[in-house]
Amino acid sequence: MEDKKRNEAYNKYVSAKIPKTRPWPSLFNSFWVGGLICLIGQGINDIYLLIFPNISQQTGWSLTLITLIFIASFLTGIGVYDQIGKFAGGGSIVPITGFSNSITSPSIEFKSEGIIYGICVKMFTIAGPVIVFGVASSMVVGLIYWIISLF
Amino acid sequence: MQKRQNTFKIKQTIKLKNQPKIIGSYAIVGPKEGQGNFGPYFDYVMKNDHFGEKTFEKAERKMLESAVTGVIQNAHLQPKDIDLMIAGDLLNQIISSSYAARAFQFPFIGLYGACSTMAESLAIGAVLVDGGFYQNVVCCTGSHFSTAERQYRFPLELGNQRPPTSQWTVTGAGASVVSLEGEGPKITAVTFGKVVDWGVNDVNNMGGAMAPAARDTMLSHFRNTRTKPDDYDLIVTGDLGKLGSEILIDLMEDEGITLGTNYGDCGQMYFKREQETLCGASGAGCCATVFNSYIIQKINEGQYKKVLFLPTGALLSTTSTQQGDTIPCVCHAIVVEK
Repeated sequence: MEDKKRNEAYNKYVSAKIPKTRPWPSLFNSFWVGGLICLIGQGINDIYLLIFPNISQQTGWSLTLITLIFIASFLTGIGVYDQIGKFAGGGSIVPITGFSNSITSPSIEFKSEGIIYGICVKMFTIAGPVIVFGVASSMVVGLIYWIISLF
Repeated sequence: MQKRQNTFKIKQTIKLKNQPKIIGSYAIVGPKEGQGNFGPYFDYVMKNDHFGEKTFEKAERKMLESAVTGVIQNAHLQPKDIDLMIAGDLLNQIISSSYAARAFQFPFIGLYGACSTMAESLAIGAVLVDGGFYQNVVCCTGSHFSTAERQYRFPLELGNQRPPTSQWTVTGAGASVVSLEGEGPKITAVTFGKVVDWGVNDVNNMGGAMAPAARDTMLSHFRNTRTKPDDYDLIVTGDLGKLGSEILIDLMEDEGITLGTNYGDCGQMYFKREQETLCGASGAGCCATVFNSYIIQKINEGQYKKVLFLPTGALLSTTSTQQGDTIPCVCHAIVVEK
């Protein structure tokens, strides 16, 4: 009982002592880097539509996403993306480039354990939950959409 | 050979009557560590973290092997003179130590004391040598930033931010030879620590988790040896880091013991500010490399006469963390005198 009290008091003391991150510079950096990534994405989309005027908007978006994923993957491979991430935090994690980074980085890391048990098994260790929640939530939304469409 | 006396024990502390000596020490580190504050004191700085191997695990193993080879040379011994090797590391099933021991035909004791392994191995080695059971014992430990990151945290290339309390695992290995014959600093007392857990479960705040363990061992040690901080020229903890060492000073202050300017923490002092390691260095290699380079050299030069070396270790695993357990920690102390 006494131990519990001591531990509570100690944890309280430690959390008061922990150095705090300054929120405003972090938020500012993630805001402008995240915005810049989106701007680049829009630019790529416009260029695709300019080069191939006959493709649909949908196809343009797909091509843009593929290009962004490739760029992020490539930057991860040459060791640049983690530097961007260190600087921008959420700004480079939230866009699709962050998702690409979260799949590429464990693939590189676990290459030493072989293709099957290394790359393939570990590829989704970080992105896995995102995919699970993506699929699960889209099912829920689909169900709601179906129920609404009945009336 | 000097006449052997009976070593006696006061609770946790063992006073070593025959005073085994550290007749050789060796420290090998990675390039980032070589640029840190202790850079000039290390025996060898690797050109890159791979150390000519395909994987980081193999590099860590090779680091331990070269530390053992190096320390035997520094002690002016031959491999055939070594009677026992005591080693440990941070990887699952302490593979680096066991695989390194495979390269030598020494009897081998594998330890897991996390970051406290250097003191743990030296303490066990000193006791065995003091008792006359072995002549020359190699004590060795190491860690590698990339293998530790991969086992405990995230892939290296993942673009995430480190919390301000996090520490940087040292790439490096240190080794000592303990013997009754030869010249070197003497180990006069050892205190084996209890496992202490004050309910911290934040894996990014190891300093906060480990400080109570350091407090516990330090208090027992001072009580058992009837000493106080001023009796030592240097009191040095392992890898509490900036936050952890501040917490320890506060905790000791609560007990009425003031840690003054003769107290330092290897983790806090290891890197320069511009190396962006937040709360400092950590890992088994952190205190092992500092102890086997800077501290031993300064004792030999006569700058320090009596040093209390007490690194702490966090005895957690990724499984215990994921199951929400708190972090049990341990701290072992040794006294090294000129």
